[in-house]
Amino acid sequence: MLKDITLGQFFPGTSLAHRLDPRSKIIITVVYIVGLFCAESFVSYGLMAALLVTGVKVSGVAPKALVKGLKPVLFIICFTAVLNLFYTPGEILAQFWVFKITKEGIFTAFFMALRISMLIMGTFLLTYTTSPIALTDGLESLLGPLKKMKVPVHELSMMMSIALRFIPTLIEETDKIMSAQKARGADFESGSLLDRAKALVPILVPLFISAFRRADELAVAMECRCYHGGEGRTKLHVLRYHARDYLVMGAYAAILASVLTLAHFGL
Amino acid sequence: MADTIIKTEELAFSYPAEEGQTPLAALNGVSLEIARGTFVAVLGHNGSGKSTLAKHMNAVLLPAGGTVWVDGMDTCDERCLLEVRRRVGMVFQNPDNQIVANVVEEDVAFGPENLGVPTEEIRRRVDAALKAVGMEEFVLQAPHHLSGGQKQRIAIAGVIAMEPACIVLDESTAMLDPSGRREVLDTVRRLNREKGITVVLITHHMDEAAMADRIIVMDGGRAVMDGAPREILTRMAELRAIGLDVPHTVELLYGLREDGFDVPVDALSVEECAGAIVAAL
Repeated sequence: MLKDITLGQFFPGTSLAHRLDPRSKIIITVVYIVGLFCAESFVSYGLMAALLVTGVKVSGVAPKALVKGLKPVLFIICFTAVLNLFYTPGEILAQFWVFKITKEGIFTAFFMALRISMLIMGTFLLTYTTSPIALTDGLESLLGPLKKMKVPVHELSMMMSIALRFIPTLIEETDKIMSAQKARGADFESGSLLDRAKALVPILVPLFISAFRRADELAVAMECRCYHGGEGRTKLHVLRYHARDYLVMGAYAAILASVLTLAHFGL
Repeated sequence: MADTIIKTEELAFSYPAEEGQTPLAALNGVSLEIARGTFVAVLGHNGSGKSTLAKHMNAVLLPAGGTVWVDGMDTCDERCLLEVRRRVGMVFQNPDNQIVANVVEEDVAFGPENLGVPTEEIRRRVDAALKAVGMEEFVLQAPHHLSGGQKQRIAIAGVIAMEPACIVLDESTAMLDPSGRREVLDTVRRLNREKGITVVLITHHMDEAAMADRIIVMDGGRAVMDGAPREILTRMAELRAIGLDVPHTVELLYGLREDGFDVPVDALSVEECAGAIVAAL
């Protein structure tokens, strides 16, 4: 049961959104987030929302899956909205005890909730349409210039992809250890929260020991296959920008520019 | 000596000891030569030094005494390190701990990528290696969905993609079920025959050793027996003395012989054994 968990939730597909270079997708997601924080009016928010809807339509990802992604952060969205609602100074519409609701407060609260939701849906769209490997490759390539500043970019991306590779293995192992402990009478389901947390210790200790052993063996196996860091390494899949990448990035740049212009004129 | 791929001379090694204990020698002067293109099995019970010997063959461990040459290169020479490891590929026991990527083709490409092979050439090698181990339809699969035997074949493909002259299998079948073991053994035997890749199979299974061209038996850090399977596997008393068993067929024939039947004792396969018994009746 635990085996089926996937991290990063990638939905394979062949849409334009899937075929874009991961680097262009990362760039446009960042640009989109910047655009969101610059947007200040109905017009610019409308523009950003239209952009998101187009993205979802093009990717073929079910809108339901995107909305589901919002669930864990629902509390934060509500909390920020409520805070903004009561603590924005301006024209008072209603007042009781120490709370004041202002016209500006309503606007800010609404926009803030919209901004966070769209930000989350936008980033989810990236992870839904990009495989974890493509994402790491893209990040490594984009962060490439940092190598000059002695940032270990290759090592970081290698760590990330190995971590992703070992998630299913370690989950399987946890499953096995839990079964072994249960067979010896361990109880993970009843008792207070503290009891249950304590019951996890006998799972974590063997899991850590085996993870260290695995790491050791993997390191030797990697050395045997001539791994010697990122220097002089080639790739099976080389990232290449296509016409579609330039086209989509150009469109995003144009839209961000219009949002910024609108913000400048206070619209 | 162009025909020798691996040569060891008076190879000695001991693992660092715990404080207060004398270090235990794992290898005690092993001298042997492995001819190019042969299929050699290294037999021995736990602690006989067979895995330690294997790890010296591609410079994972460096000798404390003596020398190891791979294709004429001293494994202690750091300038040759990558080339030594490229020429002698290693497949380990646990398939899960030697697969690096989460897509089969990416994992097979790992070796050539490290060697700086151009992209188109990597593609060609990955496809050829997967075909050689019969896993071509799994190119885009995630390794954790594969069986143990399939994972080991992917690991072998990852080694073949580096185009090695020799593959060392360090108890690579120990964690597999019988069908997985057969898959892996069939694969390496085919590679040995069709591509002429030297195979060094470290094992403690007699039946696996029986399919080799030559068997080296390790005990107490020394190579105690060395010869053709027929010659080695029929020395029942000597093998038993160092904690190893003989194949069931040999054991049966020995028993029959003691009971007065005139049978040869060197039948290693079941068919051969049956034939020998029928002939004697």
